[in-house]
Amino acid sequence: MNWVWFHKLASPPTAYAFARALRPWLFWPAALMMIWASYAGLFVVPPDYQQQDAFRIIFVHVPAASLSLLVYSMMAIAAGIGLIWRMKLAHAVAAACVLPGAVFTVLALATGAIWGKPMWGAWWAWDPRLTTELILLFMYLGYMALRASFDDIGRADRASAVLALVGLVNIPIIKYSVVWWNSLHQGQTLSLFGKSAIDPSMVTPLLVMLLAFLMFFGALLCDGLCAQILRRERNAQWLLKQVQ
Amino acid sequence: MSVNSQSLSPFSLAALILRRDLHLAARRWDQVLQPLVFFVVVITLFPLAISPELSELRRIAPGILWVAAMLASLLAADALFRPDVEDGVMEQWVLSGQPLAWLLLAKTAGHWLLTGLPLVLVTPLVATGLGVSSEHWLLMFSTLAVGTALLSVLGAIGAALTVGLRRGNMLMALMVLPLEMPVLIFGARAMDMGLHGEAVTGPLSLLAAMLLLSLVLGPFAMAAAIRISIE
Repeated sequence: MNWVWFHKLASPPTAYAFARALRPWLFWPAALMMIWASYAGLFVVPPDYQQQDAFRIIFVHVPAASLSLLVYSMMAIAAGIGLIWRMKLAHAVAAACVLPGAVFTVLALATGAIWGKPMWGAWWAWDPRLTTELILLFMYLGYMALRASFDDIGRADRASAVLALVGLVNIPIIKYSVVWWNSLHQGQTLSLFGKSAIDPSMVTPLLVMLLAFLMFFGALLCDGLCAQILRRERNAQWLLKQVQ
Repeated sequence: MSVNSQSLSPFSLAALILRRDLHLAARRWDQVLQPLVFFVVVITLFPLAISPELSELRRIAPGILWVAAMLASLLAADALFRPDVEDGVMEQWVLSGQPLAWLLLAKTAGHWLLTGLPLVLVTPLVATGLGVSSEHWLLMFSTLAVGTALLSVLGAIGAALTVGLRRGNMLMALMVLPLEMPVLIFGARAMDMGLHGEAVTGPLSLLAAMLLLSLVLGPFAMAAAIRISIE
């Protein structure tokens, strides 16, 4: 098998062209799927027997929460690849992951709070899942702060890569520490959380929405990567030719 | 150091670093005292802010001690590598051909002896002020000893990442505090359970396991970060 095309992807011009070409193929299907899943989630799926219509926020909340963790892992892996094989493009990918990841985390927290108010009677509870998500947001913010504090982009890349990897090792520890933290204390039963054996009619829109979020993130990543390449290669000949 | 460092075993190398740091600290006592005083001052804030009732304070004493220890270790960590980077010693370490991760681990161990251990030793004093009786001293020594060591390693990673920056203090807090939250959870939990007469082996073992993990992986992160910071 010939892997030349794959290795070529690591060069900025190819990656730039690839990301620009790929973007519409991710964005438009994602938009269509989102519209369909929103329609199905809001109008087709019957109301929950316990939560009535309030549960419908699940179609935003669950995809956002899944992506918040997935994007962090992706960012850390890209950063690790960049650090180990000294691949600049991998660092650019990691840099492009941060903002969408942080926004997904905020979205998961916000939708969770909006959902929690009618269901639990409180905007916030120190439930393990919520706490882990909040710490994840802090980790994104710390990563952003470190990245922003270097003038030299190469050093910013490598220093933040070390932080992302330390964070990746720490994520399971944080997760389980928070889970045990609460369960050791007292059995606070916050299992109103959709444990009512999710109805089959809800599954399809949810999965479609998840896929839509994934592809939407892919489109955002393409945009972010192009922006990163534009910034990093602003003096390169190929870019000048491309722009003119 | 006039010794030919190529012929040294890793342990005598670590001993040399430890001896040097202890010597330096002996001549600059204020740097050892400052985190300690900070620790006591922060603890004083809680009775003022919450309530002077001993019964109330006794209930939240583990949390107070742990938050104060975390903040003190965070502030102390900023000075961990900075002097060595500024006067060029760190550059020599990187060039020396010795394993940098090992040197940094020795440095961190010295740092814990100078900033972590004093906190542990002064704890009975402040804990008495919070209404904790003397039968719990051993419990506090053990949990805080393991916990502050862990905080030193995590703080050292943050310090290594920010040592090249002019103002790294706030940034370091932003980066390191989320990573240290498990330490706070298990440490405060162990102490809390112990104060209520329950067995503390569970959270304490987890804390120790985390310390071992951080001792194995942490130095490599520190070494990578130092190389990036001083280039």
